[in-house]
Amino acid sequence: MTMIILFIALPLTMAVVIQVLAHQRPVLSDWLTNATLLTLAIISFYSVGRYGLYHIGGWTTPIGIDLRLDPLSSLLLIVINVVSLAAGLYSVEYMRSYTSKTHFYGLFLLLVTGMNGVVLAGDLFNLYVFLEIAAIASYALVAFGCAHEELEASFKYAVLGTVSSTFILIGITFVYAVTGTLNMAQIAARISDIGMTPPLVLAFGLFICGFSLKAALVPFHAWLPDAHPSAPAPVSAMLSGVLIKAIGIYVLARLIFNVFGVGQGELAVLRWLGVISMVAGALLAAGQTDIKRLFAYSSISQVGYIALGLGLGTPLGLVGALYHLANHAVFKSLLFLNAGAVEQATGTRDLDKLGGLNRTLPVTGATSLIGSMSIAGIPPFNGFWSKLIIILAAVEAGFMGFATVAVAISIVTLVYQLKVQRHAFFAAPKDLLTTWRQEPRLMSLAMVVLAFGCIALSFLVVTGLRTPFLINAAQETLMRGVFGL
Amino acid sequence: MIYSLSLLLILVGLYGVIVSRNTLKIVISLVIMEHGVHLLLILVGYRAGGQPPIVDPETAMAVFAGQAVDPLPQALVLTSIVIGLGVLALLVALCVRLYERYGTFDVTEIRRLRG
Repeated sequence: MTMIILFIALPLTMAVVIQVLAHQRPVLSDWLTNATLLTLAIISFYSVGRYGLYHIGGWTTPIGIDLRLDPLSSLLLIVINVVSLAAGLYSVEYMRSYTSKTHFYGLFLLLVTGMNGVVLAGDLFNLYVFLEIAAIASYALVAFGCAHEELEASFKYAVLGTVSSTFILIGITFVYAVTGTLNMAQIAARISDIGMTPPLVLAFGLFICGFSLKAALVPFHAWLPDAHPSAPAPVSAMLSGVLIKAIGIYVLARLIFNVFGVGQGELAVLRWLGVISMVAGALLAAGQTDIKRLFAYSSISQVGYIALGLGLGTPLGLVGALYHLANHAVFKSLLFLNAGAVEQATGTRDLDKLGGLNRTLPVTGATSLIGSMSIAGIPPFNGFWSKLIIILAAVEAGFMGFATVAVAISIVTLVYQLKVQRHAFFAAPKDLLTTWRQEPRLMSLAMVVLAFGCIALSFLVVTGLRTPFLINAAQETLMRGVFGL
Repeated sequence: MIYSLSLLLILVGLYGVIVSRNTLKIVISLVIMEHGVHLLLILVGYRAGGQPPIVDPETAMAVFAGQAVDPLPQALVLTSIVIGLGVLALLVALCVRLYERYGTFDVTEIRRLRG
């Protein structure tokens, strides 16, 4: 059980150690960061099946701080740490053009610490603290390049992020005032005793606003299309791939299913947020010409699918949502890494200026084709299966309208992904071509790892549509309602 | 009554964030909002005429628990103030950098990114 603490302690310590050790020799920071991320990725797989509570410092539940590892946390840990390993490998060569790589790695490891902490936290206040660690690290990472757009995007993101954190803290205050505890299991037990009193309904509303802002569900999405494209590519991959899920969607699911208890009202809110994000995100994405901005809008749309699946509240819907969460983390971070490789090779992200990249960037071209086909839901790839499960679940739960919208939006997704493929990779090359360089080796490796992840995830369904590895256990954790191990 | 005052403070902060055009005023409004929440948290643990939550070996535990104020919200507020300080430092640094680049604190003029 003691290894649970490693998910938080290891990156947190290394973030500081790197600043000291790598001050003289920057190459050391590459090695140390990637060794840390590799260790985390390995122990995240090792954590499967070893569930339980960890009491920090040996203080037991009502007094001390609990970390809780259950199948849902385990699933999120694997997703977070595998994607951050790929982003870390990619940064070694990509971040050379930026000034201070050591500081970058420090912030990156803090981001990982925050996200690992959020998915492991057993009480609301520690969840808030870890959420702030991840959020502050991400504000700084978005501004990392210090150019006009990056600072502007970061300021917007930081202001909205702070407002949402304040909402969450007010919500926590109300919950504490009513239940007298911050431990999520105890809150859940108290709420099932006393029911949803008006202050709890207010707290729930504040949580929905706060965490929807973190997850960029549509009425709260304004910061995402600026912040995600402005960050350096590996950071965009982390933000779009895992941050919005770890500190947004995951916490919403945890609160609705495990703490507040499932009611049709709560689920309806989630369903509508999901459908609106799905439609608005996809339509806005279709009109973009900047690759990274297009992918950012597409993230809003895909997170909408996850929220819709969760909002259905049926076991099949949850399996679909969690499966899509893992899939989206892999293919969206892959696509952002591809966009970074394209930008580095050509110096532009504008689709109208690109063309014929398949010839100069073979690895990027091939992996981005896999990523695009996955996100658009072309049959053998993982995105198809998870969308299919969500749509089947919507039909099963009797929401024919939502199912139709989900199918229609998946066609819009295909359209804008084909636009990227056609303009950037397949069209006739433009005259800039002579100056373009091929992608470096480690960047290719990171992209290949994620593309392999897309294919591996599509094989999960072979073991049976209703019981993919770990996802089913995670779904049962949510369905069990009130917490308990 | 006093609860509604702290909620009022939060709303004043939120209003400031929404209507201010100056980046520094937005940051100040965020701080006002945060402190409104801190006040609310302290009030949750407050007990009229309560004693400090420091255990005295001569008082029985049951009597002590009936008299002392709740120490937990105070610990939370301390943590939250530290987090707030971190965010404040970052936001002010961003404001300074934005001023260097754009030469203004006016958010309506800091608009390179489309909608």
